[in-house]
Amino acid sequence: MARSKRGATEINSSSMADIAFLLLIFFLVTTTIANDKGLTLQLPPNPEDIEDIDIKIPERNIFKILINSSDRLMVENEPLEDVRLIREMIKEFVLNNGVNPELSDSPKEAIVSIKTNRGTSYKRFIEVYNEVQGAYYDMYAARAGVTNTKWREIASNTSDPDNKRIYQEARKDFPMQISIAEPNKASN
Amino acid sequence: MAKFKKKTKTNQDIPTSALPDIIFMLLFFFMVTTVLRETTINVLQRIPKATELRKLQRKSLVSYLYMGKPRNTSMFGDEPKLQANDVFIEVNDVIMWVEKEKAKLDEVERDQITIAFKVDEEVKMGLVSDVQMELRKANARKLMYSTPQRMEE
Repeated sequence: MARSKRGATEINSSSMADIAFLLLIFFLVTTTIANDKGLTLQLPPNPEDIEDIDIKIPERNIFKILINSSDRLMVENEPLEDVRLIREMIKEFVLNNGVNPELSDSPKEAIVSIKTNRGTSYKRFIEVYNEVQGAYYDMYAARAGVTNTKWREIASNTSDPDNKRIYQEARKDFPMQISIAEPNKASN
Repeated sequence: MAKFKKKTKTNQDIPTSALPDIIFMLLFFFMVTTVLRETTINVLQRIPKATELRKLQRKSLVSYLYMGKPRNTSMFGDEPKLQANDVFIEVNDVIMWVEKEKAKLDEVERDQITIAFKVDEEVKMGLVSDVQMELRKANARKLMYSTPQRMEE
């Protein structure tokens, strides 16, 4: 009892920071920040479950994008060099509402079809798909009165009731119909 | 001037007792925001960048599929291969793999499984669409092409 009165025994904690630093550096080195972002896609159902009905879709309601094995583009039966032009073309096509007889009847019926070749590179496909998605996101964003970036945030988090309402309102009668066709087997 | 000289007896040291706490806070931040890489990726991964990205809502529902040329070409050849978890699989094993991944989830969430593709830019669409076909058969229809963000020039 007499001993403790002499002075409070204290553990030297100056090296605590060093220990914490060591741990911090370990985690900094060993971890990678998870990247869980990307382009989303909903695949069609199993081909064996779909009944074989031939539905005739008028030519004007389909926006055709073909990519061949040397990554060259054919958009609406005409060759195209610059991928970035697709975005404006799709907007014009979808928002036509029956005015131009070559373009779609209404956004509800408009379909964008992407057909690749088995030899098309994934890089090219992503470039094209990115522009197609971007065109739709731009149009939804305009309908909801927000920016493209904000729209994607809203669409990614529909568990929030406010977001869900905006999301459903903008997508009403305005579906995103992107068809990814089976690629050609021939290497043309 | 000497008039104004006062003896300052205040201690000029900055107290460092809170330093470990600050470092610990940083440490916890990194521990929470990062995930340890679970698998060693044996295929090349130069993933093309895109701009129109969306974020996944639930990480637990995501399973990753990697495609690309094997890193060890002398052992596995240089044809693009498919990797799931830690091993190479064939395209016809995809259905079985999806079933295994679904079994890991709660029963109510099994239909919401999302498959994330991490594909090298040189992979041909033939392989990618073959895998997509298998996923349709396995009824795992939510797909994401996982890509990094491209900065606008």
